[in-house]
Amino acid sequence: MRVYLDNNATTIVDPFVYKEMVPYFCEKYGNPNSLHEFGSETHPALRCAMDRLYAGINAADNDDIVVTSCATESINWVIKGIYFDRIFNGDKNHIVTSEVEHPAVIQACRFLEKLGVKVTYLPVNSDGVIEIDTLEESISDETALVSIMWANNETGMVFPIEEISRVCKKHDVPFHTDATQAIGKVPVDVVKAGVDYLSFSAHKFHGPKGIGGLYIKEGRVISSLLSGGEQMDGLRSGTLNVPGIVGMGKAMELAVENLDFEKNDVKKLRDRLEDELLKIPDTFVVGTKEQRTPNTILISIKGIEGEAMLWDLNKAGIAASTGSACASEALESNPVMEAIGAEADLAHTALRLSLSRFTTKEEIDYTIDIIYKAVERLRTISSTFSYAPDWHESKL
Amino acid sequence: MGKNSLIGGSIWEEYSQKVQDLMNNPKNMGEITEEQAKEMGAKLIVADFGAESCGDAVRLYWAVDEKTDTILDAKFKSFGCGTAIASSDTMAELCKGKTVDEAIKITNIDVEKAMRDTTDTPAVPPQKMHCSVMAYDVIKEAAASYKGVDAASFEDQIIVCECARVSLGTIKEVIILNDLKTVEQITDYTKAGAFCKSCIKPGGHEEREYYLVDILKDTREEMEKKKMGELADAKTSENGEFAFEDMTMVQKLKKVEKVIDDNIREMLMMDGGNLEIVDIRDTDDGFTDIYIRYLGACSGCASSSSGTLYAIEAVLKEHLSDKIRVLPI
Repeated sequence: MRVYLDNNATTIVDPFVYKEMVPYFCEKYGNPNSLHEFGSETHPALRCAMDRLYAGINAADNDDIVVTSCATESINWVIKGIYFDRIFNGDKNHIVTSEVEHPAVIQACRFLEKLGVKVTYLPVNSDGVIEIDTLEESISDETALVSIMWANNETGMVFPIEEISRVCKKHDVPFHTDATQAIGKVPVDVVKAGVDYLSFSAHKFHGPKGIGGLYIKEGRVISSLLSGGEQMDGLRSGTLNVPGIVGMGKAMELAVENLDFEKNDVKKLRDRLEDELLKIPDTFVVGTKEQRTPNTILISIKGIEGEAMLWDLNKAGIAASTGSACASEALESNPVMEAIGAEADLAHTALRLSLSRFTTKEEIDYTIDIIYKAVERLRTISSTFSYAPDWHESKL
Repeated sequence: MGKNSLIGGSIWEEYSQKVQDLMNNPKNMGEITEEQAKEMGAKLIVADFGAESCGDAVRLYWAVDEKTDTILDAKFKSFGCGTAIASSDTMAELCKGKTVDEAIKITNIDVEKAMRDTTDTPAVPPQKMHCSVMAYDVIKEAAASYKGVDAASFEDQIIVCECARVSLGTIKEVIILNDLKTVEQITDYTKAGAFCKSCIKPGGHEEREYYLVDILKDTREEMEKKKMGELADAKTSENGEFAFEDMTMVQKLKKVEKVIDDNIREMLMMDGGNLEIVDIRDTDDGFTDIYIRYLGACSGCASSSSGTLYAIEAVLKEHLSDKIRVLPI
C-alpha cells in the first residue's frame, strides 16, 4: 500500500481539476491576449476561473486577484513591492513578520535587511503562534508592512488573523497574510479577515503546480516585479498560464465546496490517527486539535530521530515529513521547531503527518500499524529510550 | 551551480547499498549484559556519547578480555538518523577482535570507507559524514573507561573538522606554507569544511570550538606580525643588509627622514629654506615615490625643480636605494 501523508508539501491534483485543464493544452492553446479566435476561445474558461477565485476568498470585484506562478512569487512581490513603494523613497523603514513564516517570507525579509530595512521577527509561544500584544508593541511609525501567515505549514497552527488585522488597521499598516496552508483547510474570507494582501498556491489545494495568486485589496496596488507585456492589467506581465489558471479556479471551487468535509471527515481521520499515536508512551503533539488546520499533526516521538522514522515509513510506502535537521540537505535544524522552543528534542524527533480529502480510513489504519512497528524497532535501537514492553500489542 | 544542482536530489539516493542494508538490519545492535560479559570471562564496558537534544546519541558496549586487552564482542544502541545507525553498527563491527589500543585508532574515515560499495564512491553524501564522527568519539569514551583515564588524553591534537579529521596544526601549517587567503582554499587543500560545514563559521549544524574563518584570520595576522617582526629585526641589525624596498612604510619614512636630516636639511637651511616629507608611496613598478614640499626660500627657487631636486634624489639613492623618485608638490 502507498499512503501519501505529506499534503502540506503538495497534493494530488483532483481528477476534476485535471479534466477541466486538459482542453487547454492541445485544443484551445491560443494566447489569451491575441485578437484571433485561438486567443479569444480561452476567455470563457479564464473568466470562469477568475469568478471561482474571487468567490473562493470572497474578494470584491474592485479588488485584484493577480495570478502568479506560486505563493513564493506572490510573497516576494508583496514584500519587495512594499519596499519599492514605501521604503525605497524614505517614507518607512520597517517590516514586521514572525519567526515561523515560510522561507519565502523569511528570506525575502533577510534580503531587504541587506538593503538597510529593519525587520522584526516576532517570537511565538509554545503553541507556535504569535501574541497580539507583542505584535502591537513591535509596530511603529516606521512600519511599512505586517506579514503573518494564516496557518503554519509545520504545526498546522491557525493564527488569529482577525485580531492581527484589527491591530494593523488601528495603526494604519498594510497587512499581508500567507494563506498557502489555509485555503481548502479552513474558511478564508478576505472581508471577514480584513487583509490587504493574501498569497496562495494552487498545488496545496489539489490544483496544479506552478500557479498561484496574490489578492490585492482595492487601493493597495503595489509596483510590479515582472515588467513586460502588461498582462494581468499590467500588474504581472507574462503570458497567461491558461491551463494553470483554469485548474486553479476549479481547485478553488472544490476546496471551498469541501470545507465541511475537511472540517468533519478529514479531521475525524486526523484525530483518530493522532489519538492512536498519542497512546504511544512519551509522545506529544504541538497545539490542540481545534487550534490547528484539520489535516495536520506534528508529533514528537521520544527516542526516535525524525529521519530514521521517515526511512521506516518510506519502506512501508508511507510518505510523511519531518522537521529533522538530519533530513534536510543543508543540515539546518528546522526554525519552526526552534522558534516553538519547547523541548529541544522536538527539533530532532518531530514527525509531520498531513492528510487530505483523498486520505482513506484504510490508509490511516495501515499507517497507525506501521508507525507502531517502526516505533518498536527504532526504540529498540535507540540509546535514549528504555523500551517499555507490552504497550502496543493490545492496542491494535 | 549547474545542471546537476538545479533540481535538488534526495540525500537518500546517495546512501550506499551497505548503508541502506545496515539501516534496515543493523547486525550489532543491542546490549551486552554483565552476565554475558562474565560468561566470556571479560570486563563489560559501557560508554555513551552525544544527547538526544543534539540529534545524535550513541551507546557502545564492549566485552574486553583483560589479559590481552582484546575486545571480544561489541554492540551498540543509537539515537540518530539512519546513517548514524549504520555508522554505529559498522564501528562496533570494526572494534571486534581488536585490542583497545588498536580500536582507539579507528577513525570516522575508516567507518565511512567500510560502508562503501565500491572503493571510490563515498558511502554517504558529504553532509552525512559527521554521523560517523559519533562512532569515533564513543570508542574513545569506551577506551577511557576501560583504562580509567580521561578521554581527552587520547587526543594529542585539536581537531577542527571532525568530518575530515583535520587538526588545528595541519590547517595552520597549510595556510602558512601555501599563503592561503580564503576558507575555500583551506577546504581545497585539507578537505576541512567540505562535509557538514559546521567548522566553517558559527551558526552551522554543530557548535564548534574553532572555526575556519577565525583560524584563517588569526593565522594571517600571525603571519603579518611575524613578517613585521623580521623587518624590525633587520632594521636593528648593524650591518644594514636589509633592503630599503622590503621595509614597512614607517621604517622607510624614518630612514628617509634620517638621510635628509643628516645630509640635506642643513644645506637647505643655510640658504633660508627647508623641506618636509608629505607622503611616501610604493608604486606598481617597484619604485618608492617620496613626495616633498619645499619651505621658505626653497619654495620659489628655480633650482628646486632641477639642480636641488636632483641632488636630493641622488643623496637618497646613494644611501637607500636606486629605486627612489623624489617628487616636489
